[in-house]
Amino acid sequence: MEKEILEHGFSFNRRRFLSGMSLGLGSVALGSLLMPDLLKGGNREEEGLTPGIPHFAPKAKRVIYMFQNGAPSQQELFDYKPKLREMFGKEIPPSVRGMQRLTGMTANQASFPLVGSFVDFAQYGDSRAWVSNLMPYTAKIVNDLCFVKSMYTEAINHDPALTFLQTGSQQGNRPSMGSWLSYGLGNENKNLPNFTVLLSRGVGNGQGVYSKLWSNGFLDSVHQGVQFSKGEDPVLYLRDPDGMNRQDRRDMLDNLAQLNDLSYQEFGDPEIAAKIKQYEMAYRMQTAVPEVMDLSRESDDIVKLYGPECLVPGTYAANCLLARKLSENGVRFVQLYHQGWDQHGNLPFEITKQAMDVDQASAALVTDLKQRGLLDETLVIWGGEFGRTSYTQGKLAADNYGRDHHPRCFTIWMAGGGIKPGMVYGETDELGYNIIKDPVHVHDFQATILHQLGLDHEKLVFRHLGRRYRLTDVSGKVIKDIIS
Amino acid sequence: MKLQTGFITMLLTAGIALVIQSCNKKTGYQEVTEKLPEQVSYNFDIRPILSDKCLACHGPDANKREAGLRLDVEESAFKALQENPGAHALVKGKPEFSQAYLRITTKDTALLMPPPASNLKLTQREIGLIEKWIRQGARYEKHWAFVAPQKPALPEVSDKKWPVNEIDYFILQKLEENGMEPNEEADKERLLKRLSLDLVGLPPTLEMMDQFLADKRPDAYDRMIDQLLKNPAYGEKMSLHWLDLARYADSHGYQDDGYRTQWPWRDWVIHAFNNNMHYNDFVSWQLAGDLMPNASKEQLLATGFNRNHKITEEGGVIPEEYRIMYVTDRNDLFGKGLLGITLECAHCHDHKYDPFSQKEYYQMFAFFNNVKEVGIESVIGGPETYAKKPLMEISDEDVKGILSFVNKTDTNQLIVSVMGDLDTTRKTYILNRGVYDAPGDEVQPGTPASILPFDKKYPKNRLGLSQWLFDKRNPLTARVYVNMLWQEFFGKGIVKTSGDFGMQGELPSHPALLDWLATDFMEHDWDIKRLVKQMVSTAAYRQSAVVSKEKLAKDPDNILLARGPRYRIHAEYIKDLVLASSGLLNKTIGGPSVKPYQPAGLWEGATSGRGLLSVYNQDHGSALYRRGMYTLIKRTVPPPTMSIFDASNRDLCEVKRLKTNTPLQALVMMNDPAVLEASRVLATKLLQEKSQDKDKIIKAFRLIVCRTPSEKELDILTAYYEKQLKSIQPQSAEKMLAAGEYPLTKNLDKKAIAAFMRVISTIYNLEETITKS
Repeated sequence: MEKEILEHGFSFNRRRFLSGMSLGLGSVALGSLLMPDLLKGGNREEEGLTPGIPHFAPKAKRVIYMFQNGAPSQQELFDYKPKLREMFGKEIPPSVRGMQRLTGMTANQASFPLVGSFVDFAQYGDSRAWVSNLMPYTAKIVNDLCFVKSMYTEAINHDPALTFLQTGSQQGNRPSMGSWLSYGLGNENKNLPNFTVLLSRGVGNGQGVYSKLWSNGFLDSVHQGVQFSKGEDPVLYLRDPDGMNRQDRRDMLDNLAQLNDLSYQEFGDPEIAAKIKQYEMAYRMQTAVPEVMDLSRESDDIVKLYGPECLVPGTYAANCLLARKLSENGVRFVQLYHQGWDQHGNLPFEITKQAMDVDQASAALVTDLKQRGLLDETLVIWGGEFGRTSYTQGKLAADNYGRDHHPRCFTIWMAGGGIKPGMVYGETDELGYNIIKDPVHVHDFQATILHQLGLDHEKLVFRHLGRRYRLTDVSGKVIKDIIS
Repeated sequence: MKLQTGFITMLLTAGIALVIQSCNKKTGYQEVTEKLPEQVSYNFDIRPILSDKCLACHGPDANKREAGLRLDVEESAFKALQENPGAHALVKGKPEFSQAYLRITTKDTALLMPPPASNLKLTQREIGLIEKWIRQGARYEKHWAFVAPQKPALPEVSDKKWPVNEIDYFILQKLEENGMEPNEEADKERLLKRLSLDLVGLPPTLEMMDQFLADKRPDAYDRMIDQLLKNPAYGEKMSLHWLDLARYADSHGYQDDGYRTQWPWRDWVIHAFNNNMHYNDFVSWQLAGDLMPNASKEQLLATGFNRNHKITEEGGVIPEEYRIMYVTDRNDLFGKGLLGITLECAHCHDHKYDPFSQKEYYQMFAFFNNVKEVGIESVIGGPETYAKKPLMEISDEDVKGILSFVNKTDTNQLIVSVMGDLDTTRKTYILNRGVYDAPGDEVQPGTPASILPFDKKYPKNRLGLSQWLFDKRNPLTARVYVNMLWQEFFGKGIVKTSGDFGMQGELPSHPALLDWLATDFMEHDWDIKRLVKQMVSTAAYRQSAVVSKEKLAKDPDNILLARGPRYRIHAEYIKDLVLASSGLLNKTIGGPSVKPYQPAGLWEGATSGRGLLSVYNQDHGSALYRRGMYTLIKRTVPPPTMSIFDASNRDLCEVKRLKTNTPLQALVMMNDPAVLEASRVLATKLLQEKSQDKDKIIKAFRLIVCRTPSEKELDILTAYYEKQLKSIQPQSAEKMLAAGEYPLTKNLDKKAIAAFMRVISTIYNLEETITKS
């Protein structure tokens, strides 16, 4: 292993130079110093607290999370509620609404008339799962999907809800899920960042995303999510300046390494050796990242599968395709954010376009992974940060209405990674307002994800300011029923 | 530091484990081999074990307490057990009768403590310590940090010549006790760079280097300290840490993350440090300037400190929920930043480790709960939303007079959020589980009894709270600040967890020194400049940073300071170094924050599309060359080069930055247009000078690394330059020179500039360049 990395990672020059390193370190010892896995060592819990990772045999190796930012309306996509249509315009019964708190946007509304979906649903696959006509491609792959209709959260506004889903806490400053996995499992690919983030925007009402959502929090910044963007510099500062070719960069780095080594000989500070190694990793990333970003060699079949937009950088479809490539190359956690799901008003019009924007590519990603034999080891997740209300926000017309934020229930789906395919889990009441069966709290969901990757959410801890922190804070239980 | 531990692992596997003996109590590896101390200390040996492994269930949190047993309080630990009145958890001198000891050593996993399900486990050494402690009488002590410091006598040392001032006695005594010798003093060039970076955050100029090298007077170093302390850049340097602590930023945070004009408060902080405002006044003004008799506008501006927190502009939030968050933020900052305690743990429940009840949390909360504010004042909008009530307006007259330090650059209205209380007191309740709409019992303002009860003589408002904070009997205030300053200069605090002096925090490496510093600081009226000078004058600080194999093995984290501090500098200072060494630096102090080069699309790709900060309109001209601390911080998308080098995102109070070493940092130094531009500008400048190539390289090296290069270094760089000069193609040269907006000088040899630019860029990329060594 060690040897492979050395041979893989260093040019002849580098090896010659490293073997001459001072402090009596042979190249082998230094090689182990250069392994990222060892770099993590210092932050691991003391022995006995995080007994060997993985805690048990993992089902999945990697995660792709297609985050639907803004909260897609479950009533129009997956949670079929014919009763809502029957009760069109009728006030939501107080017994259903209960003591539910409202956002400031509807708190002053005098009435809360129910509204059913403008779009029709049909049942698909062996599970006879309901899928709306807005999602025809997704409908075709329901046999690969596990719908969870009983997700719920604690937050009612976007920022805290997103932060809660990603970090297990509403307040921020904690590591994101991808950072936790990077911390827990390390790298598969030494030339690419372990946790990557891809952003895109749909046509609907947008809400911001924030880099704190992929923050490493108090973990080492090697676990920080690295945003890959469209354009010439997919990773910040990746590209050498114009007028400098690869050989020029190699020459510069060889000189730099020699100079840094002189400093290492003088000071003996291991940070200097680490710095040399980080420059080599940067150099390898400069080649590896553009390679993985290059979609030009994808076959026509693939382009057809994802849709023609997948060749337009920065679109959701392109990001889905890219997610597959990154994941295939061993990136542990690929996080997509697609903005535009916040339909407070004008919902029928906006959600139609928004759904069209994501349906084909989302389904394509699952299909693509499956045909490559990767779906078993890749956990794919699709969903937003909370649900939407069964009553309308603002004016109600049969063909136009809006829905406000609703933390009490929402639908997500998962595929692959040892999750039971072709199933529907959890249930909401006939008005789609409260969960009546198998509620799944955000921390349960997170515990389940970690579990699939071989991690016990109660054991993956990091001590910071006197306290052991975990992704699931102080709660969470694995949803065993959806695990195959 | 991760690396260093990784490094140890490596040495261990290489079979050299035998040489390793460390003195750092918490590093884990040596616990196995280290002998048990002659006299086991409750504070230093036992409490850390209890706190870490036992108190979650047998500690201060009454709701989570198991079997009614509390081990952190002496009388409770010796009482008959609730479930088995014939037995006792602890029996003095008799581990064999102490249930606590029996339960941690039993083979029966149903009885074993901590329970296996907790994922906690005691090591053999920990069990040994507990056994010995009980045998020696199981004596309890109050947690060290909650006992007011007494000025200790200077310790005896054998090498009387080494110490420069009192601090050195404490350092040397520990070194001698551990059989270690301090390093030689660092060479003058490196020492000057270290000092300059630490006092003004900038590299020394060539003139300073020449002056210092030529100054053979015995007090040359002292003189240099004084010279730097007078430099107005000192105020900027000292402010950076305070801005982290006070979570200062240029945007409101949350959903839309709109622009705010809080920068006049930042200008005041710089001004206060430069005027050497003493710490007690500095903090009291910030906490309660508005409540002081005949409060001046300057005192009012200082209170912006407590309004730097995030404020929502997201339509649809529940106002009270957010108002509670703001008060919570202030309270937590007060705990972490000023008292060094993790007060926030008691927000939802009694603290699990430290003796603070949830009730006490809300008693503190009451001090900050009376502000004339609302949870949401306005959604994102124009200039009227750049500050939220209560606010003050800074007029052009103010800027000519009392607020002359505010760098107001135009005649537009300027508003700043500051503090101001309601006329009638808003009632404060314990919030069950910390939830805003679950009020429990009403509470009155007060402070945690275990630290120092709130004296009746103090008014029950923020003014009284600041008097309590600077009461000489307060055990934490002085210790916490001297420790943070120590961390600035030595890289880590005497208490490594500078935001947590509680039971879960690290123990001080030099407890007597910490107490000496704290008491001395108070005796000298909280004089910050004096304290700074004291620290950087020491022989300990002046040591060379070279680490021998033996010292690295024995003390990898440099806890004992047998060598000088060696650390990568903060993000902002990296930018400063690049600008200053290339001659680009714009030395303007204060004013609105600026938007230098930033990769395209970062703000635009992550915005709701609303407000001034939805599009990044980069600045041009001299605004590009302001110090790093003036780069605009948009909280949800902080400046990328800063984040990559571990700068705070200013979401919450932060008292200690990480110091990581990542490939993304290498990419910044290689390809950030700001670094390339500086390389080009410096190359152009030096090539216009009439001197040999070698001399130009030496000069560039001196400007950037702050020392003369060795022969070897010079040879490598000269050879590199010559090779580039020969091989570089004219078109490539032309393209290289396009970096940055600084105007090109015409009629120069572009190939030579491009080649020299590569050499200089290489020097900027040296590990030593961005390292204080």
